[in-house]
Formats: sequence, C-alpha cells, structure tokens
Amino acid sequence: MKKQEVPQDNENMLKGTEEIQYATDENGNYTQIFSKGWDIKNDILREAWNEVDENAKIALQKVISGEKSPIYFYMIKNIMDYKLLSQYAETFVFRVKNHCKPKFFKKLSNGKLQIYAEIFEISIEDLINPKTVESSIEKHTKN
Amino acid sequence: MADTINNKINFEHSMAAHCENGVTSNLIKFQGIKLSEAMIFGIGSGIFFSYLPFIKLNGIPVISFRPLPGTIFKRTAKRLGFKVTAKKFKNKDKGMSELDNLLEKGIPVGMVVGVFHLDYFPPAYRFHFNAHNIVVYGKENNEYLISDPVMINPEKLNYERLKKVRYAKGTYSPGGKMYYISEKTAEHDVKKAVIKGIKHTCSDMLTIPIPLFGVKGIKYFSKKVKNWEKNLGTKKAALYMAQAVRMQEEIGTGGAGFRFLYAAFLQEISIIFNNSKLAELSKLMTETGDKWREFAILAGRVSKKRSEMEEPYLKASEILLEIFEMEKNIFTRLNSVVKEL
Repeated sequence: MKKQEVPQDNENMLKGTEEIQYATDENGNYTQIFSKGWDIKNDILREAWNEVDENAKIALQKVISGEKSPIYFYMIKNIMDYKLLSQYAETFVFRVKNHCKPKFFKKLSNGKLQIYAEIFEISIEDLINPKTVESSIEKHTKN
Repeated sequence: MADTINNKINFEHSMAAHCENGVTSNLIKFQGIKLSEAMIFGIGSGIFFSYLPFIKLNGIPVISFRPLPGTIFKRTAKRLGFKVTAKKFKNKDKGMSELDNLLEKGIPVGMVVGVFHLDYFPPAYRFHFNAHNIVVYGKENNEYLISDPVMINPEKLNYERLKKVRYAKGTYSPGGKMYYISEKTAEHDVKKAVIKGIKHTCSDMLTIPIPLFGVKGIKYFSKKVKNWEKNLGTKKAALYMAQAVRMQEEIGTGGAGFRFLYAAFLQEISIIFNNSKLAELSKLMTETGDKWREFAILAGRVSKKRSEMEEPYLKASEILLEIFEMEKNIFTRLNSVVKEL
C-alpha cells in the first residue's frame, strides 16, 4: 500500500483516536500514516450495529408481548447470549434463562436486579422498563 | 487495597498500530531500548495465520492473523535478554492489589483487557473483544493511568472500571492477566533477536503439521470460503465474510492483517544486515498485503450484497489461494536467507 492509498474515509467510527497504517512513501520506504477510517470497515461496522439493533427490536417485541423479561432484551442489546450473561452474573446458565422469563423476573429481589443493572450499566428503573431501541451507530459516531 | 497511593511512573506513552506491539515497545523503551514497532513485531514473531473452526467469536469461526495474545511481549522481551513475569488472579481484588504493589515499586504493568466496557475506546469498536493490551503506569487521585497504544493520548480508568475490563467474560477472557519485565538477564543483541524471531516465524508459517495454521491455514481458508454460500446460505455467508474482514483489518493490524507491518520489519532489517534479499522479500510482502486488501474489498462488498461479480465466493477463494502461494514463497525464501545472516 502506498502512502496516498491509505484510506481517509472519516465517519467518526474512530471517535477520539486515529489508526496507524503502514504504507510506503515515494522512495518505497515504510512509514506510519494516520488513517481516519476505511469505507470497507465503516460499512461492516455499520452493518454489524444495525444487526444488533434489529435483534434488539425483535427482543423488545418479545418483552412487550409477555414472552420474555427485560433481562432478555438487555442481553440481546448488549450482544450477549445466555452463556456470556451467566458468566458476567456469576451464576448458572439455567438461572439466567429463568430470569429471562417474565414469571421468574417478577420475583427477582432488588439485589439480583442490581447485579443485572450493573452488568448492563443502567439503573434498576431502566432495567424494569426498557425503552425503544435507538440507532447504535448514530450514538457511537456522534460527537 | 491501597486506595491512597499516588504514584506516577515516568513512562513514555507512544502510539502503535497494534496494541501488543505498542505495549511491548513501550515497556522495553522503559528499560532503555528503543526499537520501532516493526522491529518489535518481527522479533516477537507477531505474524501468523490460523483458521480455527472450533473457536467461535459471535458464533463464527475465528480467523486470526496473530499468535495468541501475550506471546509477542513474551518472545520479544526474552529475545532481548529480559525475564518476564505473567500472572492471572482468580480473585479480582487480589488482581487489583497485586497491580497496586507493582506500581508502588515503580514497575509499569502490561495487561490484557476486554474492550466492551472500556469506556474511552471508540464506541463503534466496542464489541466483546477480549485480547486488547494496555499498560498501567501509575495511580493518581484514585484513578489508574493508562497507556493504550491505539489511543493518541494517555487515558485514565477508575478502580471499578479497570477491574471490570480485566475480568471481561467470553471468548479469550483475560482473567485478570498481567505481565511485566522483572529483570534483565543478559545484554541485548538485536541482530541475534531478529534471527530468532524470523526462524520462529518461518517455522510457524511453514511447518505446523495441522492444516489450520500458517500458510496451510490460508489454503484451508481458501477452500472453505469457496463453499460458504452453498453451505451456510447467503445471509450467514455474508456475516462470515464481514467477520473475516474485521479480523484482518481490526484496529491495530497496521493494514492487511499485519502484512504491511512485517514488510516494514523486513525493510528495516535489510538495512541492519545490509542484505538486499531481505529488501526484495519486503517488496513481495507488500504485494501480499495488497492482495489481502483486495480480498477485504471483495469480502466487504459481498457482505453488503453489493458485489456485481459473478461467483464472488469463488473469486475470494482464488485470491486467498494466490496469497497462499505468495506467502509460501516468501517464508520459504526467508527461511533460507535467515541461515546466511
């Protein structure tokens, strides 16, 4: 890759920093070049977050319809599965699965709710009342 | 828990393309040896390839362009005559108090963290990725001072936050792993270290008898890609393609899955050894890097379903097969050049 070929497609994906790329100068010598981003990667990242949002929307519908508890929604929104969430909650997978069901969720103590709220980095109120899904990528790239 | 310590080690933060190179380079510089990122990468045998169908990230097999996290540091430090200590702690608070102890002794500490909860990290890149490296070089007003090679400036993390990222969960969970240079055991000899690094790399790339690693891994990957769409369906195959690009071009590869970085290394040592064959191999490595970029562009288009090419998976597979031939040639030649050095 030549110096002038280093992509500078800035979509604020690297918010707060820039990325070092190695490229050759006019004499063929390697040099470090700062890159603000690359379309190929930007597209893939946007796609990945849109997929996360889509999954979160489906999960939210399941909460509204009474099929799943809010913990399920936040699990999906945080790109986790039962196994990963159980590791963060330091408990068994079957417990987490239960907590994702409304009838078990209703019985959870404040202490248990607090554990989940901390994992998802939200308040207990927000945990109990999940809001609409906003665009992740917009949130992640706005200044 | 030493809450009250205020201790700032005189540590120079500098950026790098790749986090582990940067951490290693910064920790070695602290010991008085200044080497470029490319040199650190080459000495630490940082270039690699593996296709791991049995380890999954986001449900997709891992394609990796680097050895396991922590190995570049360990190899480079050893090859430059340092003894390193690496530890994991089951007990989180113990993991933190041990860190405090080292900081009080004036030792900067490298560690592996997850980026999902790393709040200064670019948010668009904050997935459950657990192989990120940083240096903690002090504590001020209850905040840890962080040198993160992918960030322009030094950062800070409080106790709870640092604990959380050190004990991130999921694939390759860091488990509180930290590492540091504990003593100097020999005078360093850069040339010797370079030769060791190259020999190790050639062996990794050419001789591992399992077809998932080294250049054979690239061939295997090429074979798999050809049938992705047929075997996985269009949607899933597109996700696989997207992940391949992310692994190749994630923050810190310096472009093209570290291939440009290795080309920079070969160029730098061609001067040190005054050897034109190495300069030639550097050029070939750059060409390989360009080929990897070609793959990324195609894979990126495929993942967005925007490829107008007929049979893009077949084309992707062909590019990878070409890369296999190119890298096989480079490392075979490098393997004989290194014997003359």
